[in-house]
Order: sequence, then C-alpha cells, then structure tokens
Amino acid sequence: MIYVLLCREFFKIGLFAVGGGLVTVPFLFDLSETYEWFSATELADMIAVSQSTPGPIGINMATYAGFQAAGIGGALAATLSEVLPSMIVVYFISHLLNKWAENRYVNSIFSGIRPAVMALILFAGWDIAKTSITDIKTLAILLVLTLLMHFYKKNAIFYIVISAIIGLLCKL
Amino acid sequence: MISLLKIFITFFKMGVFTFGGGYAMLPILKSEAVDKYKWVSEEDLLNYYSIGQCTPGIIAVNAASFIGYKLRRIPGLIAATLGVIAPSVIIIILIALLLRQYMDNQYMQYAFGGIRVCVVALIINTVADMWRKGVKNVRDYIVFAVAVILLFAFDLSAILIVLLASGASFIPNIGSKKP
Repeated sequence: MIYVLLCREFFKIGLFAVGGGLVTVPFLFDLSETYEWFSATELADMIAVSQSTPGPIGINMATYAGFQAAGIGGALAATLSEVLPSMIVVYFISHLLNKWAENRYVNSIFSGIRPAVMALILFAGWDIAKTSITDIKTLAILLVLTLLMHFYKKNAIFYIVISAIIGLLCKL
Repeated sequence: MISLLKIFITFFKMGVFTFGGGYAMLPILKSEAVDKYKWVSEEDLLNYYSIGQCTPGIIAVNAASFIGYKLRRIPGLIAATLGVIAPSVIIIILIALLLRQYMDNQYMQYAFGGIRVCVVALIINTVADMWRKGVKNVRDYIVFAVAVILLFAFDLSAILIVLLASGASFIPNIGSKKP
C-alpha cells in the first residue's frame, strides 16, 4: 500500500538526511528513479516551489513529493514520517542536555562551536544573497533594511511584511 | 505554565514567515522565542543549531523540537514540531491543488524578491547581535575566521565545520573579556 511505502521511505530520509533541507534532494532523486511517484523534472519544480514558499525547505519538499505520490493523505504521511526521526533524536538529546547542563566540558565544547555556527549562518545568508542581491537597487534596499534593523529594533516578521511590500512597489 | 496551544500558534507563525530554509528561520526564532517570549537564551539557540547540524532531520524542525521540549517536555516537543510544519503542509497542498500558476505570478515574484533581500538583512543583523553578546575572546575570533575561510574558500560541509570547531574547545582561552 502506497501510504506504508511513503511512510517507510520518508522516515528513512528523515533519519539519514543529516544537515538540513537541501540534503534531502539526493534522496528524493533516488525516489524518483525507484518509484513512479514523480519524475526528476518534477523534482526540479518542487525545489523551486519549496524555496519560494514559506516554511523549511525540507518540509516543503516532503509535502510536495508526498502529494505528487498520493494526494493529501500522501502529503501528510510523507511529512509526518520525515519529522518523526528528528523528534525522537531531539527527545533523547534534550534528555542528555538536561543531565549535562552543568558539565564543564560539554559547555566548553558548545562555546567553542558557537562562533563556527555564526559563520555557518552567515554563509547561508551569502547563498541567499547571491540570488537576491543582483543590482544597485537591491543592494541599496539591503543596506537600508540592515541599518533600520540595527537602529530600530522590531520583530523580524514586521520587516518581512514591509519588505514584501517594498518588493511589490519596486518590482524586484 | 505555557499552554500547548500557545506553543503551537507561536511556531505556526514562525513557519509562515520562514522563507529560504532553516538558517533563514534563525532571525525569527531569535526575535520570537528569545527576545519576545524569553523561552530560551541566545546560547541555547546556537547550541540547538550546532546539534541540529550533526543530527538527522531538518534543522529548523530540530530547533523547534528542542525549544518545545524545554518548555513542556514531550507534549511541548510535539506541539512545536507540528506548529512549525503545519503552514508548509497547508500552503504546499494548496499550491499543488489549485495554484499551479502561482509560481509564474508576477506580483508574487516581486514580493518574494523583497523578502529574499530582507532575509539577508535579517541574517546579517542576527549574526551581528549574537557576535556582540557571544564572541568573547581571541579563540572565538580565530574559530570564526577559520570557519569563514573553510566555508567560503573550500566549501567544506557544515557537519565538518561543527566537528572541527568542537575541537577548538581544547585550545585554552586567551584574552577573555569576561571571566
């Protein structure tokens, strides 16, 4: 039955895709070759849609792929199965974190990693910048937004809504 | 005690406004879960991202699960996870069902053009903010600089970066600003 198959395949992806949303792409590509659910071309469309709609990319793709395979039920089965492994893993790690919260070595390892994670986040920003900062106009908007955020602290959602309106007005 | 519905709704809201993947969600997580509700600290959030990078699953979902667990144990974990994935599921199903032309809609593209610029600005701002509070000594500067070089020049994978950086904790702290 297709739902059982979907659950099994997406549970596997959730378990083995280490490192975030786009890491699931090669796994989905394998699915497109093994099953008749969606083609490799459709997969390319899915990636495009997933990147320009709200939500984590990995989740968007699981929903889209599940939907292509078996409609709304398939979308739910694929998405829930994909997040199940990480929920279980996070549960166990949270447990350990509570136990080791006061451990000197654990804390020192985390404080060593933190600057590296900041670099990773910046790098992710750079990746997005490559496709969005394409001319003087977008660069100017980036500068204005960055300065506004720096001097006029507001909630992130406020700026996202404002910039969607800017995008419409300036035809970005 | 924070209600499960509150957790679900807050993460649902974050899911709606996350564009461009897990890292793009960090500024929103920081502004909602750290600054507004004070559910977790900034250090906690960065720790979750370090762990999320090396464990299975989608990073944004992992971060949500960690915060949910911290608030209300297993029910909280489930509420946060379902909250953060629900908007995706609803929006993608709607698109697949009836909005196939959605991708080509010119106005949608304009709005997304603006949002993508905003996400870059949000990321710059969040990192700058965390930098001011979190980078305390020479070792931190070195780890950051080495990570930037490895990422930009050598395109090293994120998991390797986190694993290498964990080794840096064995370098003694020098020039600490804070004890």
